[in-house]
Amino acid sequence: MLRLKNLTKRYPTGDLALDNVSIEIPTGQVLALIGPSGAGKSTLIRCINRLVEPSSGSVHLNDQNLCLLGKHSLRSARRHIGMIFQEYALVERLSVMENVLSGRLGYVGFWRSLLRKFPQKDINAAFDLLGRVGLEDMAYKRADALSGGQRQRVGIARALIQDPELLLVDEPTASLDPRTSRQIMRIISDLCQERDLTAVINIHDVPLAKLFAQRIVGLKQGQIVYDGNPDGLTSEVLTQIYGEEDWSATGDHIDSQNLRGI
Amino acid sequence: MNTSSPADRHWHREPFISKPVLRWGFWSALLIYLALAIGSMDINWSRVMEGIPRGMNFIISFFPPDFTSRSDAILDGILESLWMTVTSTVVGILISIPVGIGAARNLSVLPVYYICRGIIALSRTFPEIILAIFFVKLFGFGPFAGFVTLSIATVGFYGKLLAEDIEDIDKAQAEAIRSTGCSWLQWLNYAIQPQVTPRAIGLAAYRFDINFRESAVVGIVGGGGIGATLLTAFDRYEFESAAAILLIIIFIVMAVEYSSGWLRKWVQ
Repeated sequence: MLRLKNLTKRYPTGDLALDNVSIEIPTGQVLALIGPSGAGKSTLIRCINRLVEPSSGSVHLNDQNLCLLGKHSLRSARRHIGMIFQEYALVERLSVMENVLSGRLGYVGFWRSLLRKFPQKDINAAFDLLGRVGLEDMAYKRADALSGGQRQRVGIARALIQDPELLLVDEPTASLDPRTSRQIMRIISDLCQERDLTAVINIHDVPLAKLFAQRIVGLKQGQIVYDGNPDGLTSEVLTQIYGEEDWSATGDHIDSQNLRGI
Repeated sequence: MNTSSPADRHWHREPFISKPVLRWGFWSALLIYLALAIGSMDINWSRVMEGIPRGMNFIISFFPPDFTSRSDAILDGILESLWMTVTSTVVGILISIPVGIGAARNLSVLPVYYICRGIIALSRTFPEIILAIFFVKLFGFGPFAGFVTLSIATVGFYGKLLAEDIEDIDKAQAEAIRSTGCSWLQWLNYAIQPQVTPRAIGLAAYRFDINFRESAVVGIVGGGGIGATLLTAFDRYEFESAAAILLIIIFIVMAVEYSSGWLRKWVQ
């Protein structure tokens, strides 16, 4: 269970990125956060694991208020929050395996991580996850030798090896082609289902959001303007979130059954 | 073809300095200063003409380079210089790493940042030759003074460039590792180090090259090494030996230059 209460973020420049946002997300729910660029989607998920410090409000993950944690306990809390990034954010010069194992850094001591002597069960878990995302032969490749889709799969494995309770996903498909985008979204949503993971997914692509999320939250200028089922995203709602545009030609007409089959 | 129909619209590139007064003022001031500066240079052409044969004689006295008659002194000097170069590069870089990390604005807190930037600024303030003169006074003649000089000079050079490289890292990679709940040292090792390593190695090779050349210079003011041998050769008017030493220095610098280029390509 993730509970955001009156979450507000004002940047030192004076920009109000989040304005009193309250959301309650039950365990296992996959929530898509949509909204125009600059609506505060990125800020919102970064306020959850405090990569960005919220100005006020609270974030509760399973009854622990993350906003009150000191440096050390914040680090322990972050171990249980996996994050997947736009443009993958893999460490380019490290191998695929090192990138995946970096998800375990919060659990191993400094010397073990420096010497790359991870516990055997972590290495097994890493190979299992690489197999799960279809990259079992890539362990020794350098991250910058992979294609975009492959890199994002490594990003997924890195987040999941943390054994997270919550997954924060920031524009996972922003730089991928349509087919790879769907594959990546499917892997993420399948893994969430298998592991009963709560997930918050920032996404630009409305049809993809409708396809893979159980709940949609629309953000505009830091405020929630829609919170409900994917089916409720009508042209009127989209206009309210994004502004005036002809919405009839978007995903409304795409047969989601067909897309599932790709 | 009519190139100036009424529909044609005028476009030109914005000049770099947009105000015409400033633009013309700047260029004419520069031109006037240059003319005055050149005019104030007092070149005595008849002396230059007299000097040419003297210069030629000086160069001719270098030939043939004599590698043999002072070979022991040359070998000692070279080995001493190499020793000085290796130790000062290693020690200098070992000190530079914490200083460079502290001087990177995105890693350190403000007080540490100012202290480390101060250390770098201080060690860059004095040219090697001034430092060498000071340390020769402090420690006496010999390679130890040279070693200390070059180590300090290395800190200023390497620390500054390392700090700037750290400040240029890809923030997304650093953020991703931070989000895993790692400690600061782990973050340094997984997110920062891989991003700066190739350039750090390239810079180390470059500094090694500089330190070898500088070891010849600090030797001339008493810092030991090949510079001392070179100075002795000049003092004794043994120009053939001096030529041999210069050729060896050129050869070693070129060898280091070539191998550091190769090294940089290899670590990418």
